[in-house]
Amino acid sequence: MTGLQPLSLAALLADKPGEGGVARVSVTDRVWRAVALGCRDGLHDLLGLWVDRNCVHMALADCERRLLAIAALKLGRGEYPSVGQFHAPALRLERTLRDLKGVTPLDLPDTRAWIDHGVWPAPPPGHRHWQSPEKQYAFLTADGGGEGLHQIAVGPVHAGIIEPGHFRFTANGEAVVRLEERLGYVHKGIEALATGANLDQGARLAARISGDSTVAYSYAFALAAEQATGITPPRRAVLIRAIMAELERVSHHVNDVGAICNDASVVALHARATIIREDMLQTQVRCFGHRLMMDKIVPGGVATDLSPEGAAEIEALLRRVETGFGQIVRVYDEAPSLQDRTVTTGILKPELARRFAAGGFVGRGSGRAFDTRAIFPYPPYDELSFRPALRSEGDVNARVWIRIDEVRSSFDLIRQLLKLLEPGPTHNPVPPTEGQGFALVESFRGDVLVALRMDSEARVAGFHARDPSCFQWPLLEAAVEGNIVADFPLCNKSFNCSYSGHDM
Amino acid sequence: MRTLLLRSLLEGVAVIDPPRPDQQAVAELAAALGRTTRQRLGRSLAIREVDAGSCNACELEIHALSNPVYDVERFGVKFVASPRHADVLMVTGPVTWNMREALERTYAATPHPKFVVAVGDCAANCGVFAGSYACAGRVADIVPVDIHVPGCPPAPLDLLKSLLALVGAMAK
Repeated sequence: MTGLQPLSLAALLADKPGEGGVARVSVTDRVWRAVALGCRDGLHDLLGLWVDRNCVHMALADCERRLLAIAALKLGRGEYPSVGQFHAPALRLERTLRDLKGVTPLDLPDTRAWIDHGVWPAPPPGHRHWQSPEKQYAFLTADGGGEGLHQIAVGPVHAGIIEPGHFRFTANGEAVVRLEERLGYVHKGIEALATGANLDQGARLAARISGDSTVAYSYAFALAAEQATGITPPRRAVLIRAIMAELERVSHHVNDVGAICNDASVVALHARATIIREDMLQTQVRCFGHRLMMDKIVPGGVATDLSPEGAAEIEALLRRVETGFGQIVRVYDEAPSLQDRTVTTGILKPELARRFAAGGFVGRGSGRAFDTRAIFPYPPYDELSFRPALRSEGDVNARVWIRIDEVRSSFDLIRQLLKLLEPGPTHNPVPPTEGQGFALVESFRGDVLVALRMDSEARVAGFHARDPSCFQWPLLEAAVEGNIVADFPLCNKSFNCSYSGHDM
Repeated sequence: MRTLLLRSLLEGVAVIDPPRPDQQAVAELAAALGRTTRQRLGRSLAIREVDAGSCNACELEIHALSNPVYDVERFGVKFVASPRHADVLMVTGPVTWNMREALERTYAATPHPKFVVAVGDCAANCGVFAGSYACAGRVADIVPVDIHVPGCPPAPLDLLKSLLALVGAMAK
């Protein structure tokens, strides 16, 4: 490996045109390592890592030059050079690949099983050499504290109505010295289920990767399927998709701002926020036929239409939410007892957010100016005017304010979209065509990635999805360090990572 | 803050829109639930929620039960932090192999008499995840289930209806 120089995405793509926005490049072992070194040196961002057929794929982005690429490396004997040995954000992705596909990332520094907890009676389909791992998980230890350190084990069943996961805190008195997450509890084998499924089943599975981002996942799945089969959805469908996506974003941002206030013991704001959310969900079921708008974006268009009355209802809803949320924001802004809890709590350093390519409010609260809608816009965002929110303090407060700003910009986007709506069809048929698709869609939490391969009989031949949480979960560990244990719920809620989206 | 609290007081508790049929049902159901629950469990029904593999959509709607519109606590129905405090386990998701033991242990930690409500299509029949190597089965395959609430995810109103059915079943 001596003399190996990092390779930038710009250099890798010097003479390769992007197809549908993303360039696909077959690389050698040496180039693969060089590109991984480029991730380490911050020349480009790692977006995803997956195995399809006999290749390992690495999705990369150069946000400054607006370049997107997928590097593919042939797996020799099921092995390939680990990216994680150079670039920590790849570690859990590669541990997942080991567990689910049986590939071996050579020189992977952390070879503990991640998704496979040692209780599956049978291996995931297509696994190369399955051997059930030890049930006992070797948590990392914290040295140097002597007898002053103690551990707190939490989960997988938590105290609230939330998803399961295990948190192992090492604390020195009240201060968290180390947090280590243990995830994978809700692994459902979605990639394996989608492989071989028909397009409709595939779309339904994608919609259930993370229920809170169901619109965003359906959106990404549809874009990837349309790219793979070479079709375009009707314009009206394109606009309705974005209206639903923005409504989903607003409902979660409002709800989570309230939930953060709740964790800081200001229950009245939480109650107000949940009333707004309920109002939104009731409007959504009337306008689109499902409270969460699940399965309403489908490959080829949308499975619902928006009536003129529905459009008027959404406009009225926006006015109500604007007023109600405005009141919440005013109190949040003026209450010292709230600021005391959120300002300087759970700081995520901008350098870490950049290195992990943190998406959504986690990245934008720590100075990473990335919003898929602005950097790699998909229709209809390419024709909408919109400025992503950005802050650099990286604390709970910054993440709250990013969400507040995004609620406001979503109001504006929805109004622009409603104005653009014109009567027309809402669905185009998807022909059985072989092809590959790749999509990035901005969910409320950040960029969701879907890579899809269709066969000639309209079946899903290869499927991979990557939740923004995959890069945010490790950052939560870093943000919590040095905070008091009692502030963990605030930090956690301000990240609000998805367990199901991560575990798949 | 004072303005907001004052407004909350002056606006009253009319958080539910002027009654339309399903809103009416909320009120009717809630009243009935309160009456029977009071008889059976001394005005309280403590629920411990367990996500055994859900996509988290069911959790969103279970959460909504506690918002001021449905306000399930009005009727003595309360979500608690520990299975040791619970009368009811509300379980979502196809039970993944990775969550199976945690679900069994949560069930074991719940004192008798206990009831299990399986929430959502996945809990009832694994939904779109049926047949996966990673799923151990329906909730009923792992712990005894008293009642199923269908839906993907079930709406809060349906959840409320089913809580009522459970209370009714307990009366027998």
